[in-house]
Amino acid sequence: MPTERFAQCGNLGDDVRSDCHVSITLRQEGGLVIELDSKVARLYGDDILRQASDIMEFYGLRDADLEIRDSGALPFVIAARLEAAIHLVLEDSREWLLPLQPANMQSTARDLRRCSRLYLPGNTPKLMLNAGLHAPDGLILDLEDAVAPDKKHEARFLVRNALRSLDFMGTERMVRINQVPLGLQDLDFVVPHGVNLILLPKCESAEQVHQVNERIETLLKGCGQQRAIWIMPIVESALGVVRAFEIASSAPNVVAMAIGLEDYTADLGTRRSPDGRESFYARSAVVNACRAAGIQPIDSVFSDVSDMEALRRNVLESKALGFDGMGCIHPRQVAVIHETFAPEKAEIDKAKKIVRAFEDARSRGLGVVAIGSKMIDAPVVKRALRTIATAVSAGKLNQNWRDEDENR
Amino acid sequence: MGVGKYKPTGRKYGPPIPSCADYPADGNKLVGSLREALVNAGLRDGMTISTHHHFRNGDLIANQIFDIASELGVKDLVWFPSASFPCHNPLIKYLEDGTIHHIEGSMNGPLGKFCSEGKMRGAGVLRSHGGRYQAVQDGEVHIDIAVIAAPQADAFGNANGVNGPAACGLLGFALADSQYADKVIVVTDTLVPFPCIPWQIHGNHVDYTVKVDKVGLPEKIVSGTTQITKSPDRLLIAELTARFCDKAGIVRDGFSYQAGAGGTALSIGIYFGEILRERGWKARFIRAGSNQYPVAMLEEGLVDYILDGQTFDLEGVRSMRENPGHVNTSPFTSYNYHSKGNFSTMVDVVILGATEVDLNFNANVVTHSDGYLLHGIGGWQNCLFGKCTILPIPLFRDRIPVIRDEVTTLCGPGELIDVIVTERGIAINPLRQDLIDKVKDSGLPLRSLQELKEEAERICGVPRKQEFEDEVVAVIKWVDGTVIDCVRKVKA
Repeated sequence: MPTERFAQCGNLGDDVRSDCHVSITLRQEGGLVIELDSKVARLYGDDILRQASDIMEFYGLRDADLEIRDSGALPFVIAARLEAAIHLVLEDSREWLLPLQPANMQSTARDLRRCSRLYLPGNTPKLMLNAGLHAPDGLILDLEDAVAPDKKHEARFLVRNALRSLDFMGTERMVRINQVPLGLQDLDFVVPHGVNLILLPKCESAEQVHQVNERIETLLKGCGQQRAIWIMPIVESALGVVRAFEIASSAPNVVAMAIGLEDYTADLGTRRSPDGRESFYARSAVVNACRAAGIQPIDSVFSDVSDMEALRRNVLESKALGFDGMGCIHPRQVAVIHETFAPEKAEIDKAKKIVRAFEDARSRGLGVVAIGSKMIDAPVVKRALRTIATAVSAGKLNQNWRDEDENR
Repeated sequence: MGVGKYKPTGRKYGPPIPSCADYPADGNKLVGSLREALVNAGLRDGMTISTHHHFRNGDLIANQIFDIASELGVKDLVWFPSASFPCHNPLIKYLEDGTIHHIEGSMNGPLGKFCSEGKMRGAGVLRSHGGRYQAVQDGEVHIDIAVIAAPQADAFGNANGVNGPAACGLLGFALADSQYADKVIVVTDTLVPFPCIPWQIHGNHVDYTVKVDKVGLPEKIVSGTTQITKSPDRLLIAELTARFCDKAGIVRDGFSYQAGAGGTALSIGIYFGEILRERGWKARFIRAGSNQYPVAMLEEGLVDYILDGQTFDLEGVRSMRENPGHVNTSPFTSYNYHSKGNFSTMVDVVILGATEVDLNFNANVVTHSDGYLLHGIGGWQNCLFGKCTILPIPLFRDRIPVIRDEVTTLCGPGELIDVIVTERGIAINPLRQDLIDKVKDSGLPLRSLQELKEEAERICGVPRKQEFEDEVVAVIKWVDGTVIDCVRKVKA
């Protein structure tokens, strides 16, 4: 080992908040010298110094200069930054972990509503802290496009710690890993730490899903956990679209499949237009493959975060094509997406009528469902049941709507 | 003492009686320079000099006054601004060399740090805008020389803030000074022949007028806090606040509200506007700090009047100049507690900020949790008298929890603070059972302050209690002139 080794991790700057920057120099002697510059020093300075000393001691680093420049980072962030830096100067595969919050061990259901999923850059703590308040169905800690290549290392530690410590407020805990094969290493940082669903970007084959599943299985076995981890492949290329059904039906834990239109249109040699004609085929192909495989079709994100009206129009089209949801890149998009995807009142009323007729026919042992003199086909009943389920999960219809209607 | 407990006695302060015989009959009070005006006004050691913050961070005059005082070798002055801004940081050298003895007014940034570390010779005195008027009116503060920077004036001293290249809106904070100071100087860069209309400041109070090249930088009256927030968390707080006001029946046809210049408060105004538009309602008045957003509501017909205490951007200035429904006010009409009523009590809902709140709804607005002075009181204390006072605040800022066992500095008593809205829940003061009853089945996330505090501490950890030296570096006045709390020197 060279006599001195140096590494730094984290973020610095005027608009950096709730984060910290750590630099560490390993020395041969001189003891541990910690220099702390923190905007919360008067309130939490002792806590920060204690935490830093504990972590250094855990790794047996007794001779080092440690400089922490803190802009109000929470303990799980400080730990992630420091550990990421330590792993750059020290060969030691051990992890310094904060307790896994009990709520972050809960599994999620296969058919959970996944109408909205909010992307959070995996290396930006300030955007994570209150993200659950905006009540998307899922929160995605993104290790892929939202993280610069030279920040991938430290982001893994931050995402791991966030999975353990952050209050997700009942949303599904998702991580977008990097494209396979790089993404396989990301799994080591998320699978043992309570993740519910893995987003698999730029997916082009069933084989990639199998590779991910093998690694997941090994990791779960390694940490003695037995639980479901779902997969949502994202199809982002012409080849991916051609293989949509192969991917959608590649494994039983694939619960949804999304399309990523920025990369897809680039692959086609075109660009996204406001009316989206260039991606009509791909979107329909994805919806069709998903329905054939019995999983949820999910649309691409809408990138103009300031134009809520355009988002609404986009969602209406998405819904008309058969998608169940779409990604969000800003919290303000969540409510618009939920509202617009949810069935309208007339749709709900009609669905209620059909479901009631269906249940009535079934209880009387009739093979044919009818409203008045009009016969109702089985697919119509199926769609009505889905409308009711969506309305209930969107909060537009009470779970006990049958009783409520009777009491009226 | 408690709210409304202190009863003033005696008579208001009276300035010396002047005579027209001592002033030029042609009305021309122009002198050659600010220096000449100050010398003529008798500038000497120990005097109290007042200035005003109509230009906010674009003030050019206050620094010049003390440059002149320093050149003249005058010492131990008291600076009595209506507020101070970062542009006044150069005055630290005069606090150090004894030109200025102490400041009676808000102190933030480097000035706040200087005071908090016990470096100022005398203790600072922080007052609300209404409290400043009260202190002058009651004779608690005797102003020797008031210097009023005016965007437009005539040689007699009539002045306003709405016209001229440096238009800043209004000059309400200088009203008390013009009425009660021994000597009054009006400084302008735009001199018009008599009469200067509107005469927001009456020349009959003025001793000297001065023409300078540039009186202020109007583009700097726009501060970073006068834009609608883009922060999703703050938008959520704004939305929750607006929903609370709606569910509690506060938003109705003909209602009134005060919303300050902060990004969250402005966003709440936008939500109010949406409700009014949707239901075909109209607010009677908005009490402001105005800027483009309330102006847009006035012009759309969503509100009858803006009662404006200070303009925060140039749209506000334009509107005040052009629109009779955009009315300039002063701390006398809106806030003075030693008066026969004022209109702060008539506002249906006021939206204010705070740095800290304790479990009894007491709030702090002047110091940071680390003990440093960082904000002035502004109209904050005066606005607490509105019919419903709401503080929309984030549960923690970075790692710093906002709800504390005890506030670092008490600025407003909990009995006047009705609702705390955070992104993680709404706490209603138990004294307001009426509000609790109105919203209990509304689906809003109602929590106790204790619950909210525990949640913040679960996330951030329990902050260390701050220790202070015994030395008092500033006192905080209540609206009636009594001392509500003091600020002690921070420990090194």
